[in-house]
Amino acid sequence: MTRFILRRLGFLTLTVLLTSLLVFLVTQWLPGDVCRIILGREAGQGAIETCRLELGLDQPLPIQYLNWLGDFLTGDWGISFSTNLPIYPIVMDRMGNSLMLALVALLISVPLGVALGIIAGLNENKPIDSTINVGSLSVVGLPEFVTGLVLIQVFSFGLRDLGLPYFPANSSIPPDANFLEALPMLILPALTAMLVLLAYIARLTRSGVIEELKQPYVRTADLKGLPRRTVIVKHVLRNALLPTITIIAISTGWLISGLVVIENVFNYPGLGRLMIFAIDRRDLPLLQAVTMVTVLGFALANLGADLLYGLLNPRIRLE
Amino acid sequence: MVTKSADRCVLDIKGLTVAYQQEGEWLEAVREVSLSIHSGETYGLVGESGSGKTTLILAVMNYLGDRGSIRSGEIQLGDIDLLSLNDTQLRQVWGSKIALVPQNPQSALNPSLQVGDQLIEILRYQLNLSKKEAENQAIEWLERVHLADPIRVAESYPHQISGGMQQRAMIAMALCTAPDLLILDEPTTNLDVTTQAVILDLIRELIQDQDTGVLYVTHNLGVIAQICDRVAVMYDSDLVEDAATHDLFSQPLHPYTQGLIDSIPHLGDTKDSIQLRAISGQIPPIGEAPSGCVFRTRCPIAIEICNSRPPLYLAGDARYSRCHLWEEIDRHEISTHQPTLVGTPVPIPTQEEQPLTLEVNDLSIHFSIRRSVAEVIRRQPARAVRAVNQVDLDISPGSTVGLVGESGSGKTTIARGIMGLEAKSNGSIELLQIPLPDKLSQRDLETLRLLQIVFQNPQEALNPYLPIGETLRRPLIRLLGLSKTEADARVGELLAAVRLPPSYAGRLPGQLSGGEIQRVALARAIASNPELLVLDEPISSLDVSVQAAILNLVGELQSDHQNSLLFISHDLAIVGYLADQIAVIYLGSLMEVTGPGDLFHPPHHPYTEALLSSIPQVDPASREPPIYLEGDIPTPAELPSGCPFHTRCPRFLGEICTTTTPPWQVDQSTGKRIFCHIPPNDLAAVQKRIITRGSSDA
Repeated sequence: MTRFILRRLGFLTLTVLLTSLLVFLVTQWLPGDVCRIILGREAGQGAIETCRLELGLDQPLPIQYLNWLGDFLTGDWGISFSTNLPIYPIVMDRMGNSLMLALVALLISVPLGVALGIIAGLNENKPIDSTINVGSLSVVGLPEFVTGLVLIQVFSFGLRDLGLPYFPANSSIPPDANFLEALPMLILPALTAMLVLLAYIARLTRSGVIEELKQPYVRTADLKGLPRRTVIVKHVLRNALLPTITIIAISTGWLISGLVVIENVFNYPGLGRLMIFAIDRRDLPLLQAVTMVTVLGFALANLGADLLYGLLNPRIRLE
Repeated sequence: MVTKSADRCVLDIKGLTVAYQQEGEWLEAVREVSLSIHSGETYGLVGESGSGKTTLILAVMNYLGDRGSIRSGEIQLGDIDLLSLNDTQLRQVWGSKIALVPQNPQSALNPSLQVGDQLIEILRYQLNLSKKEAENQAIEWLERVHLADPIRVAESYPHQISGGMQQRAMIAMALCTAPDLLILDEPTTNLDVTTQAVILDLIRELIQDQDTGVLYVTHNLGVIAQICDRVAVMYDSDLVEDAATHDLFSQPLHPYTQGLIDSIPHLGDTKDSIQLRAISGQIPPIGEAPSGCVFRTRCPIAIEICNSRPPLYLAGDARYSRCHLWEEIDRHEISTHQPTLVGTPVPIPTQEEQPLTLEVNDLSIHFSIRRSVAEVIRRQPARAVRAVNQVDLDISPGSTVGLVGESGSGKTTIARGIMGLEAKSNGSIELLQIPLPDKLSQRDLETLRLLQIVFQNPQEALNPYLPIGETLRRPLIRLLGLSKTEADARVGELLAAVRLPPSYAGRLPGQLSGGEIQRVALARAIASNPELLVLDEPISSLDVSVQAAILNLVGELQSDHQNSLLFISHDLAIVGYLADQIAVIYLGSLMEVTGPGDLFHPPHHPYTEALLSSIPQVDPASREPPIYLEGDIPTPAELPSGCPFHTRCPRFLGEICTTTTPPWQVDQSTGKRIFCHIPPNDLAAVQKRIITRGSSDA
């Protein structure tokens, strides 16, 4: 098992290093001189030169890359061009928000999706299976901004008009809010994200259950005289949920940094909106930092998926 | 021996009809079957695929699933009316009163649970044992099924132990609750013959001291003869014959039973001494059985009365036959043997001067194992899976060489090496005295034309989306350079040569039965008129009743085309029947090379001796008990030193076997070559003749 983890960690490091190189090079090749962007059109050649020296832009590319990587690893992410604020705290704050949103979305969608998938799989081609299928598919087909707006209509304005307690339509969490204070604002964006995930999780679980129910070992377990519940929980689910677990872990990466649309609809201060902001302002250091954090998030999510899969599947672990 | 309680009926089936629903129609898979099993009795159930035997055992456990339904009849398990039970009640019967040992233990065990846990589970649930007690009993049971290291097995996941060990664990699981009825569904079919012999012995030993009634399902008549007290024969959903084992084999009273017995070569038969009587035709697909007697369309003695459905006649003392003509058969007024083919195969002219078709010298095929980083750092030498080691094999023109070995012996790797699908590590392969390049891509079209292969599983080997005609046309156009119109004409001839109607050219492989697809594969292989045809287990995926027809066809095609055959099989009887020369392979090394009849005469290599004695025989009279090989076959990644067989050899001499590679010794009387330290004469002196019938008696 140790070897398995070490191998996976090795792969992870390699992936992140490669992407960091890519991120570095791409921003190098973007048109326009960085100092020109910082100092503006009017700046004189002398000022530009000084700026270049300060930023180390006169050095050869490999050195620049190593410097940049070293700074990044030690938490010195530089100053945002557009806001003149240190990047590290901004990104960390946004990442905290994104993680909160991802966590809430997962907490709702995983149990629900897995449960729906199991119910559908155990009742293959029966009315309840078709209902779950059609329901989850019709939701997943809707774009996030549509479901988001509908949810706001119903659970925010709708409930408010009825004089009931309602969820806020605007989820711009103040920077100093703790989790409990933020929770009401998290519910609607999390529900929107959940609806996208739910169908995937449910369908994958369903097909996993159906596939495993056909396996001869299920017959063996049945014919031992075990109660059907034990057969399902102890024998079938252990194998049927393997693909689902992988997809959940991989989606976590997407939940952390890929919710650009949802964050915009709800005005939610997450990593996705920060990235859009950095692109809009051509804020290269900020963009680099956000991209790296995103890549790291995806890589860690994949590592989590691999490790969980290995832990639950002895055939992989012992190879 | 434990005294058995009073003879009581553990299973009583009356008039059972089971049907499956397919596109709104009910198709009968088991028709009006009655049988009863008493405690302590072992009841054999024989049938080919599609005969309904699997449906029958699922029905006996009332485990048919959604589509299958019991249309009529009763199943009485002791005093329990099985068909009246609901799911909860059934689960109280399963595992405690009925147990099943399935065909494929690998898939029947949960891959994600340790073997011990899967055994503990049933002990705890059915016997209400505490965790500790269940653990102790589980280990005890694993010992009882003769697993050498029960604790290690208990802690293993199924894929970490061999098939034989998995099946022992399944047997422990089935017997640990002392069920009234034990159902064994082809429990040894997926195992090697030497493993099969040991498992059969174990089953016999365990059921002897229990009061269990046993239903033993198999297609292998030899196994039935070894282990069963009574036999029921099923064909196309019908129980056609039911008799005591001895009665059934001495005088079958149904033509299908006779056909089954005739259609497999017995150990010791050769193509010169006896001709296989194949059952003509194919098993009709489910729902397309002929009216009247279901066997009528394939029966050699069918007459008009057979258009009406025969009842199960009481044909003597406790024996039954579903044949209108059983009395005539019993009185020997008509013969139920299938007619043999007209015209005997032309003997192959032996011309000394002709060059060898194939000459394999010192062939080794090794696959290197990638070293881990740690191993590279520790400077450990690279290891290799040594699949084939120093094999010499000659095939002379027009002759058939049989290559016999168990799974993992390297026989298929040799075939792949010859075909250019696997690169050799050492040695040479020459076709008609021209060295063959390693890679298929380096071989010219003429070489490809001369060298063709038929794979074990024709369903997988033929492109499922290509019509049969197109599959046959390709080698004709590409290898023989025929024009499209010429090729089209040849396709018809090829189909005729393998006894298929010309209309099959338009069909897809999925529309053909297993036997028919294998005929197509044969036709494709002979299309280019090759000098050497490699047949890799060509009949082992086929039903018994069509195997003989394919074997006969292979013989015929060979005498028509005069090509050489390399026939690869795990079945000594079949290889012994067909081959002019036989090579026995174990763990990548040849053990013995012998002439056709000589295979069955001492001296034998100790491995061949064990193999021969392991094969269950239909006529078990005056037979020595099998020689059981200890342990599992070693992995070719860590070959034993000296003689590769020394770890399991029953005639192990001592140090010399573990340190020194054995010499090839030639037996003076038969000319067979044996790879062993023991001189042939000494072997001959201690070895009994295992086979009592065969070529020498003719």
